[in-house]
Amino acid sequence: MNTLMLFYEMSISPFAEFAFMRRALVGAMALSLGAGPIGVFLMLRRMSLVGDAMAHAILPGAALGYLIAGLSLGFMTAGGLVAGFVVALLAGLVTRLTVLKEDAALASFYLISLAGGVVLVSLRGSNVDLLHVLFGSVLALDDPTLLLLASSATVSLVTLAILFRPLVLECVDPLFLRTVSQSSGVTHLGFLALVVLNLVAGFHALGTLLSVGLMMLPAFAARFWTSTLEGMLATATLIGFISSYLGIIASYHAGTPTGPTIILCAGVIYLISILIGGRNGLLLRFIPRKHLAA
Amino acid sequence: MDIKSSGIIISIILMLIGPVKADEKIQVVASFSILTDLIQEIGGDRVSVDTLVGPEQDAHVFNPAPKDAVRIAQSKLVFLNGLGFEGWMERLVKSAASKTKLIIVTSGIKPHSRKYKNGYEDLDPHAWQDVRNIRIYAANITEALIAIDPAGKITYENNFYRYDANLISLDAFIRSSIIAIPSERRKIVTTHDAFGYFEQAYGVSIIAPQGVSTESEASAKDVATIIRQVKSEHIPAIFIENISDPRLAEQIAKESGAKIGGKLYSDALSNENGPAGTYITMMETNIRELTKAMMP
Repeated sequence: MNTLMLFYEMSISPFAEFAFMRRALVGAMALSLGAGPIGVFLMLRRMSLVGDAMAHAILPGAALGYLIAGLSLGFMTAGGLVAGFVVALLAGLVTRLTVLKEDAALASFYLISLAGGVVLVSLRGSNVDLLHVLFGSVLALDDPTLLLLASSATVSLVTLAILFRPLVLECVDPLFLRTVSQSSGVTHLGFLALVVLNLVAGFHALGTLLSVGLMMLPAFAARFWTSTLEGMLATATLIGFISSYLGIIASYHAGTPTGPTIILCAGVIYLISILIGGRNGLLLRFIPRKHLAA
Repeated sequence: MDIKSSGIIISIILMLIGPVKADEKIQVVASFSILTDLIQEIGGDRVSVDTLVGPEQDAHVFNPAPKDAVRIAQSKLVFLNGLGFEGWMERLVKSAASKTKLIIVTSGIKPHSRKYKNGYEDLDPHAWQDVRNIRIYAANITEALIAIDPAGKITYENNFYRYDANLISLDAFIRSSIIAIPSERRKIVTTHDAFGYFEQAYGVSIIAPQGVSTESEASAKDVATIIRQVKSEHIPAIFIENISDPRLAEQIAKESGAKIGGKLYSDALSNENGPAGTYITMMETNIRELTKAMMP
């Protein structure tokens, strides 16, 4: 009975007592719902660093929105979306029309965008408040921000369902998709748009840089637990949920900043998965197994 | 010969000599912006003040530059708050190797001490948060200026009497503002550590949120602590330095039922055009923010 009480005190009562804790949890979970599956597709398409590049590309748009209208949800979201889409489109154009490969094109445009953002910010002088763009504040989720996070998750899941078959084809055999269908380009751009949308929604909660963490780390960890695509999508989302919960509760008890703590929890789960994961985990290598009978 | 007639004689002499030229102004240095304002009020046109820690700057983390040492070496007087507020000043004056005279404006004040959690105790330097102390500051400044520039005695004394009258009415204004607030609501939670003298002088309880660090970004624990304390002690208002995100402040206000106060000026004035360009407007701005937040 006592341990049950202690468990309740430690892990549930903070959420019962404080609305900001519930909001933080719901917000982070909504983010995991959309970002987790997207992370899996990014990983399978060997575009793991694209999330990071896009996060940097979004920053100047969000900064511009901030400079125009202050800490305004609408302006910062619109600015981030526009900057992200422009970079994705330009990179796509350069890839198809010139000799540069996609990674080079994307890297060049996000660097330009980032440099432009830093210049914009310094024009205004004060950059103290802009730390909120970089690191977000998961404790300060008001109703409009929560709605944005939930809408982004909804749009992401519906779009992924529609794009599912072409996306899978793109992952395993992009050349085949190009030869049998016209939808390759549409799929690719639609998918990049989802990445941008999730990062933009995420920077209100976790900041641009950390929302990439909640997108990619659960996907990597999921890779060590299952080898089917459906399994990975579900596992990544679940790991995102667990990291969100553990991060928020750890921040509550230990007094650490909440956003980074969530990502650290995801990181710990990732490291554990590498070691003891049921599929491809390192420990499995040292456990002798029966050879397959001939 | 009494003071009055000697004053008249001096002012006649001054009229004969003519007005003081700009380059003949008495050069003095003030350690921070509030002292600069006081010296300008007393010294008027006869004194030119250089400020080491300017408006909107933090004296606790001031980093002296070589030009500051030069300024000190070239000035006649250096005005300091004392009580440990300018820990860097002693070294700076030594390194400037000047014969500049140091004036501690808090001399004659009954200092408060403050205790820390680890049992350590020292003097609280923020004496200017009690207007009655500023009257002593002003008197000390007047005395020091007269000693270095006897010819300006009349000007300094006249300025002092005029300014002192303003301070008396400021003190009365603060008291009447506080009295208008129901006594059980005269308390705030704040992370500012500068309002010890204000608390004692004007009867507003200043409660520090326990275990909340003021420098780093607020954690979930910090926010929970503040909300819990505000609820249990029925505190009507919160003033928090490090929560700069208005959405978080709103969240805390909604959940705890307390109002979130605006910016309080504690250690430095604002820029000239800001809401706290002088000592008097600083105190007026603070009391306006405090009453707005504490009023039911």
